[in-house]
Amino acid sequence: MKPKLAIYWAASCGGCDIAILDIEDKILNVAEFFDLALWPCAADFKYKDVEAMPDKSITLTLFNGAIRNSENYELACLLREKSVVLCAFGSCAAEGCIPGLANFTTKEAICDYAYIQSPSTVNPEGIIPQPVTKVPEGEITIPVMWNTVRSLPQVVDVDYIVPGCPPQSDQIADVVLTVIDILKNGKPLPPKGTVLGATDKSCCDECTRERDVKKIKKFIRPFEIITDPDLCLMEQGIVCCGPATRAGCGAKCVSAGVPCRGCYGKPINIRDQGAKMVSAIASVIDSTDPEEIERIIATIPDPVGTFYRFSLPDSMLRRAQV
Amino acid sequence: MSFEPKILGLLCNWCSYTGADLAGTARMKYPPNMRSVRVMCSGRVDPGFILEAFRSGADGVLICGCHPGDCHYVEGNYKCMRRIPLTQMLLKGMGIDPKRLRLEWVSASEGARFMEIVTEFTEQIRELGPLELQDWEFIPEELETVEISEPHKES
Repeated sequence: MKPKLAIYWAASCGGCDIAILDIEDKILNVAEFFDLALWPCAADFKYKDVEAMPDKSITLTLFNGAIRNSENYELACLLREKSVVLCAFGSCAAEGCIPGLANFTTKEAICDYAYIQSPSTVNPEGIIPQPVTKVPEGEITIPVMWNTVRSLPQVVDVDYIVPGCPPQSDQIADVVLTVIDILKNGKPLPPKGTVLGATDKSCCDECTRERDVKKIKKFIRPFEIITDPDLCLMEQGIVCCGPATRAGCGAKCVSAGVPCRGCYGKPINIRDQGAKMVSAIASVIDSTDPEEIERIIATIPDPVGTFYRFSLPDSMLRRAQV
Repeated sequence: MSFEPKILGLLCNWCSYTGADLAGTARMKYPPNMRSVRVMCSGRVDPGFILEAFRSGADGVLICGCHPGDCHYVEGNYKCMRRIPLTQMLLKGMGIDPKRLRLEWVSASEGARFMEIVTEFTEQIRELGPLELQDWEFIPEELETVEISEPHKES
């Protein structure tokens, strides 16, 4: 019997599933080696079929998506029970990612905006979805939305992490082929907690742009200038999250003149991506005058959202106090 | 019981820690709410330390370094001078009053100034009240659940 593979999405956009398909012909190796146990994005499986499986009967689960509601949590617990290896796949599962930005506000404020305030909404009765609704036939339920988005390792025990939004397809191919090789040849698994498909250094390590000691007086947004293709973006005044981001993507964004957004998460030994960005920004500001420093940092658009774009639920404080 | 603020003090080895020592040897009195940690330079203070202090239960964080121009390592305190307003901006964005974080310059001879700063900062934090982080821990037992009526459980 072939080993079983499950791929599940919780609070995610589906990009991670597409990235898995993006490994091109290597997907055939996957199909040849594994039997699919669950993949809601690509095939029709029922949760109850997974529930009926014996514990630890799924060899590998790639879990993408943050934990945003009771259904995500239920499936995280279920897949943990049924899987030998549970892998937090992609930035959402690993550290919360874009859905995690909801931690800047509350569940009530989100529902209010989405169902009442937003200009494109027509909802004269002001109906907001409720976990339980009574209809003539009985009661119907939907999952309970949480006030705070969590990463997968915060709610269940996770074996490995594959970072990235989405993880780069060459890295996924590498990870999948390595796993197949390990299982086929009975090799030992890497130690628990290993980050797969990335390195321990920072994005700057892979970036080919030149770094100088040039200091800056003002932060600008990428559309305001034509960037010098060879010079560090931070030194050109653009907020680039490279110094606080794990390497592994091949510095693709920065090579294309777009600042790093930080999707590979914090590098090893870094406690908090936002705090590390504060350090990095502080070291390029050219001023020793407190008032001028205030003026310079006021030119950073949405600093907190930028520094924590992918890692708010995994940050030291986990959510904004509101 | 009245609220006693917990304050973390990160004091530079060369100026402020010696300044605090001077306040002590001169028997100056200040509130005992501050727990001091000696660091080699205010430039050694990573913003992550500050966030970790708040996460671990500090109500306020006070950083003291050498006066600008006096740094033992030439420019460590300038690094700190740029980091603190950014960290305050970060705290503000995270819904924490930036007044809970303060940077002051205290030289080795300013024992009295150190005493005044700690006294005043303690009072300020006392007014701001305790910092309680919402929803920090994940407690499965406290999750909101939905009661499903019997017939529907079957389907």
